[in-house]
Amino acid sequence: MTTRAQPSSPAGGFIAAESFIELRARERARAILDAGTFFELLGPFDRLHSPWLEMQGIVPQEDDGVIVARGLIDGVPSVVIALEGSFQAGSIGEVGGAKITTALELALRDAERSRPVRPVLLLETGGVRLQEATLGLAAVAQIQSAIVALRERVPVVGVIAGLVGCFGGMSLVAALCSTLIVTRQARLGLNGPEVIEHEAGIEELDAADRRTVWSIMGGEQRHALGLADELVADDCGQIAGAVRAAFRRDGAARFRSRAVETFMHRISSLDPLRPPDPRHLRAVWPREIEP
Amino acid sequence: MTPSPRQASRARIWFEALAAQGAVGISVAPPPVATPPSLLCADASLGGEPARFLAVVPDPDSPFPRARGGEIGVREAWGLAASVRQAIEADRHAAVQRPLVAIVDTAGQAYGRLEELLGIHLALAAAVDAYASARLAGHPVVALVVGRAISGAFLAHGLQASCILALDDPGVVVHVMAKEAAALVLRRPVAELESLGETVLPMSYDIRALARLGLLHRLIGGIDAEAPSAEEVRRVAVELGAAVARARGGPLDRMRRVPREHEPRGSWATLAVRKALTLQWDLPP
Repeated sequence: MTTRAQPSSPAGGFIAAESFIELRARERARAILDAGTFFELLGPFDRLHSPWLEMQGIVPQEDDGVIVARGLIDGVPSVVIALEGSFQAGSIGEVGGAKITTALELALRDAERSRPVRPVLLLETGGVRLQEATLGLAAVAQIQSAIVALRERVPVVGVIAGLVGCFGGMSLVAALCSTLIVTRQARLGLNGPEVIEHEAGIEELDAADRRTVWSIMGGEQRHALGLADELVADDCGQIAGAVRAAFRRDGAARFRSRAVETFMHRISSLDPLRPPDPRHLRAVWPREIEP
Repeated sequence: MTPSPRQASRARIWFEALAAQGAVGISVAPPPVATPPSLLCADASLGGEPARFLAVVPDPDSPFPRARGGEIGVREAWGLAASVRQAIEADRHAAVQRPLVAIVDTAGQAYGRLEELLGIHLALAAAVDAYASARLAGHPVVALVVGRAISGAFLAHGLQASCILALDDPGVVVHVMAKEAAALVLRRPVAELESLGETVLPMSYDIRALARLGLLHRLIGGIDAEAPSAEEVRRVAVELGAAVARARGGPLDRMRRVPREHEPRGSWATLAVRKALTLQWDLPP
């Protein structure tokens, strides 16, 4: 790594506003890492693609929609895992899932050897890939297990930029991150709007009603309720800067997934038959979460 | 598959059977924390030591309409997190950590607008965190699938186990999305999905496919899943005890689901990725 060591550039050297959302996963990873330090692991030429999609007449992608990139963040060795929302909606299959799990487990191994690696997850995913259902589900469970172990030693930073958002089992992954960064365009939820409409009916949720969908699971609302840590603009410099700031803060992390009493109390204080609207909920659920 | 009401209470049948069986010579502890009626939690003897049994069951009176049929909603998920964390706290300085047994038969996660608003994804993550943390703290975590193991609900209650057992029964199914919904998303007829599952193992809803993929540690046959005899309950308890012993004997820090080379087709891609990524990890640019 010493051959690549170079002075850190605090905000990655970005000057003009540059959309992050418009970038593909590989370029997103590059935008997070210090300039000139990006190198990809298991790139397309390793030809590790899903064995299951071809059996269903779907053309696989040689990176399976998951980019794993090593490089530096503020001069510190890092790994950025970027999901490609434009390939099968960023869904997690066997190969992509194994790439994420292995990268996180190697980061844990390095941390245990006092060689901490900064892990960043760029989440853009509909969740488990339905064409690889149970293998995807098992992979997501492994990813979650790896994060719970890893975040004790080094902060795990998640970013949801949009426009796919972060859903299904991967929404739990977002919730487990030490720091979660979102944009206004981001959505974070367990069940996607279409799934809720299908399972519970259009009177429960009209998936085509974008205003309502974003008012419930949009980045701004999630941030307002303390379910995300940072709300940033769709700008490479801002997002890379927020990632750097998250690692600099470090310190004793408080995980929101451990604020059990707070949330049990908050939920038991509500009347589910007269549910609050998203605006009202902001008033009764402050951003600050007591652990 | 449309669940029958009978099937919907398999979790309660097995929770009560195993807790009652374990209750011989030991008192069943009351719920450790204030949890909803849809969450069953008790400490009972398993193989001569106290174990914590956890199950999610239907509650027709739940104030959350979308979580009345045995789904894991916000109350159930936070309740699971609290019940598991209470065991971690209680055993923090103990010589041995009590086993945790997740009895799995859930109708899935609660699909509701209110649930999303209240951050059901965080609630499920809290349950995942609790089970994973328990495993890291030395608790043997074992899942027993007696009915439906579905998607997010299975992630929150079962999939963080270091050992997963299942009854070999047609009512024991694992899936990521109900067939009708999956058909809609994948734009394929249900019948086509069903035939795909026969060749594409991970798409199968059959518990035996899960075993063939190496994701299951034991498939227990010859058990009446809905009306088990005392002898059948005893057999399952023995299997659970053996799973606890295996979990104690192995590394607890992560799920032992790394496929070995002799394991069936389907695990080779995972293995290839692990090997190649490990080799490339430290490469200079």
